[in-house]
Amino acid sequence: MSAVTGKLAAASLALALVAASTSIASAQKKYDTGATDTEIKIGNIMPYSGPASAYGIIGRTEAAYFKKINEEGGINGRKINFISYDDAYSPPKAVEQARKLVESDEVLFVFNSLGTPSNSAIQKYMNAKKVPQLFVATGATKWNDPQNFPWTMGWQPSYQSETQIYAKWLLKNKPDAKIAVLFQNDDYGKDYLKGLKDGLGSKAASMIVMEESYETSEPTIDNHIIKLKATGADVFMNITTPKFAAQAIKKNGEIGWKPLHFLNNVSASVGSVIKPAGFDAAQDVVSAAYLKDTTDKQWDNDPGMKAYVEFMTKYFPEGDKTDNGTVVGYSVAQTLVQVLKQCGDDLTRANVMKQAASLKDFRAEMLLPGIKINTGPTDFAPISSLQLQRFKGERWELFGDVISADAGG
Amino acid sequence: MSAAEEVVAEGHQAVAAVPKRGMTLGTGTSLVVLAALLIMPIFVKNFIIFQMTMLLIYGLAVLALNILTGGSGQFSLGQSAFYAVGAYTTAVLMEHFNVNYALTLPIAGVVCFAFGFLFGQPALRLSGVYLALATFALATAMPQLLKLNFLEHWTGGVQGLVVTKPDAPFGLPMSQDMWLYYFTLVVVIAIYIFAVNLLRSRSGRAFMAIRDNEIAASAMGVDVALYKTLAFGVSAAITGIAGSLGAIAVQFVAPDSYTITLAISLFLGMVVGGVGWLPGSIVGAAFIIFVPNIAEGISKGLSGAVFGVLLFLVIYLVPHGARQVAILGQKLAGKLRKN
Repeated sequence: MSAVTGKLAAASLALALVAASTSIASAQKKYDTGATDTEIKIGNIMPYSGPASAYGIIGRTEAAYFKKINEEGGINGRKINFISYDDAYSPPKAVEQARKLVESDEVLFVFNSLGTPSNSAIQKYMNAKKVPQLFVATGATKWNDPQNFPWTMGWQPSYQSETQIYAKWLLKNKPDAKIAVLFQNDDYGKDYLKGLKDGLGSKAASMIVMEESYETSEPTIDNHIIKLKATGADVFMNITTPKFAAQAIKKNGEIGWKPLHFLNNVSASVGSVIKPAGFDAAQDVVSAAYLKDTTDKQWDNDPGMKAYVEFMTKYFPEGDKTDNGTVVGYSVAQTLVQVLKQCGDDLTRANVMKQAASLKDFRAEMLLPGIKINTGPTDFAPISSLQLQRFKGERWELFGDVISADAGG
Repeated sequence: MSAAEEVVAEGHQAVAAVPKRGMTLGTGTSLVVLAALLIMPIFVKNFIIFQMTMLLIYGLAVLALNILTGGSGQFSLGQSAFYAVGAYTTAVLMEHFNVNYALTLPIAGVVCFAFGFLFGQPALRLSGVYLALATFALATAMPQLLKLNFLEHWTGGVQGLVVTKPDAPFGLPMSQDMWLYYFTLVVVIAIYIFAVNLLRSRSGRAFMAIRDNEIAASAMGVDVALYKTLAFGVSAAITGIAGSLGAIAVQFVAPDSYTITLAISLFLGMVVGGVGWLPGSIVGAAFIIFVPNIAEGISKGLSGAVFGVLLFLVIYLVPHGARQVAILGQKLAGKLRKN
């Protein structure tokens, strides 16, 4: 253990020295491939077509945001050239597009590429090439692994940290809970489940009374809900994607099962989940959030929300303001702009990673109050806190404090 | 005749009879193409070499389907399953057992041959659209089978497996991409020659007799059941080898890489290249790799629709695909010579 801390101390000392030397040399301009006096080339990979094409709106929002930045004069006088390619959510295609971006378009770095499979496919390549794979658009926990993959960084709270937060709350407020879990049988579902178990620690075995999984190909999950009810559990951990989440809420209402219902953030959308399931059935469901909900009236006079709406009206009028994807794209683009501002005139790949790993209390305007972005040389998880919310009437009501959990990969 | 039977009958006619000599290119043309493929990597960037490697790999997979459909007249929408089995065989052998990448190719071929041959047994009872549907089921089931819990230790589950890219052997001064390109090229040429000879052999004639008229073939003494399953086995083996090469080139395997979309792409490549015309496989592969990129360049939001329009134009203007273009070119050249 002491050897590790020794190494860490040495590493941070080295970093401090590097920081000191760069601040001295900051007057002179330093560039890697993809950056010049007038331009910063940024690559991006999105599923504009294929099964996950609904997420394509994130890339389109980012393009619109960089257009806004360019019209306002760019970053330190440099315009952003945002090159975004379609991978149709197919890993081999993602590899092709990443190589095209790095070797043919010669971008400075790849930003917010979407999807766990696609990012897994290019991670080794990006790290071998030492090209930043910055703020990937997936909630898998493995992106926070600076030791093995120093060129890869996530952005959104990881799936594991979300269920860890639920576990923390349960241990404190309902320590004798009997938990029934329904999860999707893939990396996303299993990541969530692992977070829950890690969060509950030694009490996981006694508190979780049933783990039930479903496949995305199943037309309905009604039978799973009936099975879970039969266990007599008083807490229902609902780890499902929007379509199934709506089914679960509705079925709970129909069969009169009223446990304390935790709904994962992935499916917390009022428009696409709660409304189709019915507001009556969704009363008192608990979830967690890190972004402001655009349909929530309480943010109507919020300056951040106003700036967002203004941006959408002016630069992306065809985009759906209530879509969670546009809020994500807007916020992650703001985070990147902050990183590039910090880079100053040292636009090397190493410095981009270094600045991305030195965000201190940064606030993207659409984050919930109290949630701040913090990163460090050993912390590649920019957003690691969430706030709990409860569904009341026709909207979410935040309650309790912002809770943080850092899960490492 | 019921409606269903009519559909089946039409299905049979969809594969037009191709004379066996019409299935290949002339010697001169082949040599020119080969020379171009050999010299090309010296002049282009690594990224283009990688794309060319993928072109050869998909070309090989389309070729395999061409043997099955163009040769023996059987449809398959399940090629992605064989491709996945090949890819996973290589990935698991390389990463868990440290087997040399070159050795994994024949193993993947044998595993897929067995898999295809066994699948061919029940498929015997089906023909036309019904066979297409049965293979479709195989393709949709495969990604989920790869996610099964008890296989997860080997397959890495949904997270997939990362494959290490081989370096050039004997200290040859070439990049990994260039080495892999030449390696793939050698494998593809060997299999192409094998495929041409197979279709010209006794077995090939049996395949084509079954394609043209099953009853007549059986009356002439062709063991219909054996040759039909054999065609499935050979096609699966070649697809599996393509999958192996694909896993090495992409350096990653995951269930999401081998969905039904891949099977449909390969089918598309075969039709665009010309059913039953082996050199068309490369043209078909080029279509499925490059046309989506072109479509995306035209419109990002509507890339799927643009791709659809381009595909429609190809099918409408040249229904027999690249083969038709090649025949037209040959006729034109002949006319010019006469003048």
